[in-house]
Amino acid sequence: MTTVHERVDTFHDNDQKPVGYGRMLRKEDPRFLRGRGRYVDDVQLPGMLHLAILRSPVAHARIVSIDTSAAEASPGVKAVVTGAMLAQQNLAWMPTLSNDVQAVLATDKVRFQGQEVAFVVAEDRYAARDALELIDVEYDVLDPVIDARRALESDAPLIRDDLDGKTNNHCFDWETGDEAATEAVFARADVVVSQDLVYPRVHPAPMETCGAVADYDAVDGKLRLWSTTQAPHAHRTLYAIVAGLPEHKIQVISPDIGGGFGNKVPIYPGYVCAIVASIVTGKPVKWMEDRSENLISTGFARDYIMRGEIAATRDGRILGIRTNVLADHGAFNGTAAPVKYPAGFFGVFTGSYDIEAAYCKMTAVYTNKAPGGVAYACSFRITEAVYLVERIVDCLADELGMDPAELRLKNFIQPEQFPYTTKTGWVYDSGNYEPTMRLAMEMAGYDELRREQAEKRARGELMGIGIAFFTEAVGAGPRKDMDILGLGMADGCELRVHPTGKAVVRLSVQSQGQGHETTFAQIVAEEIGIPPADIEVLHGDTDNTPFGLGTYGSRSTPVSGAAAALVARKVRDKARIIASGMLEVSVADLEWERGAFHVAGDPGRSVTIQDIALRAHGAGDLPEGIEGGLEAQICYNPSNLTYPHGAYICVVDIDPGTAQVTVRRFIAVDDCGTRINPMIIEGQVHGGLTDGVGMALMEMIAFDEDGNCLGASLMDYLIPTSLEVPDWETGFTVTPSPHHPIGAKGVGESATVGSPPAIVNAVIDALKPFGVRHADMPLTPSRVWDAMRGQARPPI
Amino acid sequence: MQVPAPFEYERATSVDHAISLLERLGGTARLIAGGHSLLPMMKLRLANFDYLIDINDLHGELGYVEAGPDEVRIGALTRHRELLESPVLAAAFPIFADAERVIADPVVRNRGTLGGSLCQADPSEDLSAVCTTLDARCVIRGPGGAERVVSMEDFHVGPYETAVADDEILVEIRLPVRPGCGSAYAKVERRAGDWAVVSAGAAVWLDGGAIVDARVGLAAVGPNTTGIPAISAALRGQEPSESLYEQAGAIAADSCDPVTDQRGSADYKRHLAAELTRRTLRRAVERARS
Ligand SMILES: Cc1cc2nc3c(=O)[nH]c(=O)nc-3n(C[C@H](O)[C@H](O)[C@H](O)COP(=O)(O)OP(=O)(O)OC[C@H]3O[C@@H](n4cnc5c(N)ncnc54)[C@H](O)[C@@H]3O)c2cc1C
Repeated sequence: MTTVHERVDTFHDNDQKPVGYGRMLRKEDPRFLRGRGRYVDDVQLPGMLHLAILRSPVAHARIVSIDTSAAEASPGVKAVVTGAMLAQQNLAWMPTLSNDVQAVLATDKVRFQGQEVAFVVAEDRYAARDALELIDVEYDVLDPVIDARRALESDAPLIRDDLDGKTNNHCFDWETGDEAATEAVFARADVVVSQDLVYPRVHPAPMETCGAVADYDAVDGKLRLWSTTQAPHAHRTLYAIVAGLPEHKIQVISPDIGGGFGNKVPIYPGYVCAIVASIVTGKPVKWMEDRSENLISTGFARDYIMRGEIAATRDGRILGIRTNVLADHGAFNGTAAPVKYPAGFFGVFTGSYDIEAAYCKMTAVYTNKAPGGVAYACSFRITEAVYLVERIVDCLADELGMDPAELRLKNFIQPEQFPYTTKTGWVYDSGNYEPTMRLAMEMAGYDELRREQAEKRARGELMGIGIAFFTEAVGAGPRKDMDILGLGMADGCELRVHPTGKAVVRLSVQSQGQGHETTFAQIVAEEIGIPPADIEVLHGDTDNTPFGLGTYGSRSTPVSGAAAALVARKVRDKARIIASGMLEVSVADLEWERGAFHVAGDPGRSVTIQDIALRAHGAGDLPEGIEGGLEAQICYNPSNLTYPHGAYICVVDIDPGTAQVTVRRFIAVDDCGTRINPMIIEGQVHGGLTDGVGMALMEMIAFDEDGNCLGASLMDYLIPTSLEVPDWETGFTVTPSPHHPIGAKGVGESATVGSPPAIVNAVIDALKPFGVRHADMPLTPSRVWDAMRGQARPPI
Repeated sequence: MQVPAPFEYERATSVDHAISLLERLGGTARLIAGGHSLLPMMKLRLANFDYLIDINDLHGELGYVEAGPDEVRIGALTRHRELLESPVLAAAFPIFADAERVIADPVVRNRGTLGGSLCQADPSEDLSAVCTTLDARCVIRGPGGAERVVSMEDFHVGPYETAVADDEILVEIRLPVRPGCGSAYAKVERRAGDWAVVSAGAAVWLDGGAIVDARVGLAAVGPNTTGIPAISAALRGQEPSESLYEQAGAIAADSCDPVTDQRGSADYKRHLAAELTRRTLRRAVERARS
């Protein structure tokens, strides 16, 4: 349920479908609602075998020996493969998305609990799984490094002895901003506040786990791979590079995907194992990991230990922000981010504020934990950045005794300052922050809430109001700056109008629930006037779609959305020329009105886009120099990122006896520029807000001191349900992006980015009577109770 | 998909048939009721059994809630949902509906059973705490139809261990009915459907203004759900009051033995034992009076 601030007309399917932008039901939903979606695990091929992976039970150990003989003799088993066997083909290691390497199957050591050690291929899933228990691995257990703070101590065990010359667990250093200038503003500031913050390791935990069906045809040399990937084209190119298969002989198919959240960006060892297994056995091979495997071995998110510092004048003018980060990257650096951005887009930690100086120093380390560091609905580490700035701004408000809303309003970048270059070098394209903030405050009834809070405090009740204001950087990205392993982050798009005026648009991005089949049809419809129902959206199959980098980091609308609009304009330009021939007037005398050209000053003389399509394919001459057909293709290279923003206000109540937090209200005002389908936007926001409740209040992938993962099932790793969330109250403002063809900014991750600090700020606000200034996530009842007694401690 | 190791499966057609199968197959066999505790363990391969004996067809025989003059009798195969919706229990022991509302989710409650909950003997099992609070008697049937009746204290031998032998089956729970009763249950969980961080049940029996008897049962604070005789002793003969609840809470905190884990610290759980004891006693007294 939701309360939409600006009441939008309710609509009925079938009658009021917009031709272009507007609220309409999702075209893909009938398939999902009727159980007719087709996911990787639904793929059944004749003679298909099943693969199961043996994983390390310990976090750090040398492999002494592996005996596979009993497993090989087990009924139904077709092959048992170890790292040593892969090494013979030079396939034991593969590159990660961050120019590191990762073991496909361990050869020398295991480096995290759950690491892939061997695999079995058998006639069915049960036989494969049973045979795993018969593989005998002898481990020589080593001390693990679990706490990132210990990783760089001189006596810490060395994790990456596979890397030549490596003598410690250092992964990389990174800095941004101006250290000296920042030092100078801190030195002259009236007030400096500093706060240690931990953003714990969390997991995307999509409903569908990762998996693949590999089908290698030895006769034509073609590999078909159905896999759970958010980036089918990038994966295909990487397989070509890793496995040495020619790229035109690889078809990656990403069918319906049951949630990604960044979890399905990397290439996992399991995919490679499935490919190897199909080549070895000559049969199609399916690998689907189970829930525990997904939680313990695939890409996590966050795991940043941060110190935030903020400098301001006594009257609340923010001068500078400084931060020091220790980043835990696990056993292999598998971060999915453009290569020049090892810390992703963390550089936007200066937030929405016009400040004088900023500086960040980051050290990243290896630990004996699962590798990754994925986008996870965080637009490349912006989640961490926004949490940092929005938490320390609240700490500053507390120090100054100022209302946190007022402090933010006082420091916003002003509308006339856009495009605004931040002190860390990001060029915010557009923004108008104050109206967004004011709308959220008005929807919340902010002053009234503060009055209620004062009354409740007087009665000993605990109520908190938390604010977060975020600016995101999404839509990676300009290819001069941004690439993943050398692949520029531009997106192709193809549009073909059929003779009867129906159309097909082919995208390089792949939906994992974002509603692309509707949104992209609407983008094309808006430009060319063909109803969305008449536009087929194809995606997810590399043989049938143009190249592009995939869906993550809220990039589909900013990048592929622009491509779709521009390709449609290209088709419209051609249609105009054909129309001029049909109407026997010059091109300049034609006026476009969505769906048809008419002669200027004579609306009666017109041809529709459908008429033109038929003409383009039909008999009779076309204007001079015009080829038949009505289609175009494009590759869009964004000139900048887009910068959505939003104002979130959260109201919590805390039971003073049990310390349980209830999120009573949540007001989310988002500005993602031009709004294509408001219903889909709201859906994205609802999902992200729910995600935020999870991270703020319950989610954490914890480890014990031996490196055992304590979040290996959904009984241990909690994700929120509808019972933990309030009725979301959403609203919006519209500040279009100036450089995006339709002014749209992307909204997939906004709510995940913005909600955790709003919720944490609300909890801390509620705990003010106890003198609490900070407590780290996850704010479970036990941890809130600690904070109430002055014993808040970091979760790691 | 998590898949269990191979096992053989048979559906029992009567209680005696189930017992004869157990007798023949011994410790490698397990009864399966709702399966919501057993199957997750088997899929995670934390438990492997060669044989499963499915007793779900015995619901006609073992699924009931019946009110008698001195006791309420509940069949072991009665499902969570039936307990939640039972008018007999709503009238006699509202603690059941309190607890059932916070046990798992509707899907689990449609299948999971009272007998399975008690036989699982998980220290966090809510229904164990409820039955402890109500001083339940467990009826266990063995080969040849022999029945014995044990108290909750004797039923739970240790974590995941009960008095039910390999060739026996729990058939019925009996709850003594005494006049002037009020009961309540409260649970702190990190999220709906999660197991308890701590939960507490309380029952009081009033006569006039005074407490004739009182019982408190706690879950998730020790190796078994615990009844706390010291609370009963402290409350008997007293007039209900806030300070009495305070005193009971303090006894609860002292007499439990929680451990620190992902759900919370031992200190916090001890605090909750006190807090929830106070809350449920207060509620139980209110209900007894109304
Ligand atoms: C997601 C989830 C959340 C849950 N949350 C909670 C919760 O919050 N609180 C809570 O208390 N429980 C919770 N449970 C457990 C739930 O209540 C189970 O249904 C219950 O624990 C077991 O009942 P069952 O009938 O499913 O037993 P089964 O799984 O079928 O059996 C459990 C054990 O009891 C034995 N057994 C079953 N019946 C008999 C009998 N008549 N005689 C002898 N032995 C028998 C079986 O052999 C087995 O060893 C949860 C379960 C799940 C899956």
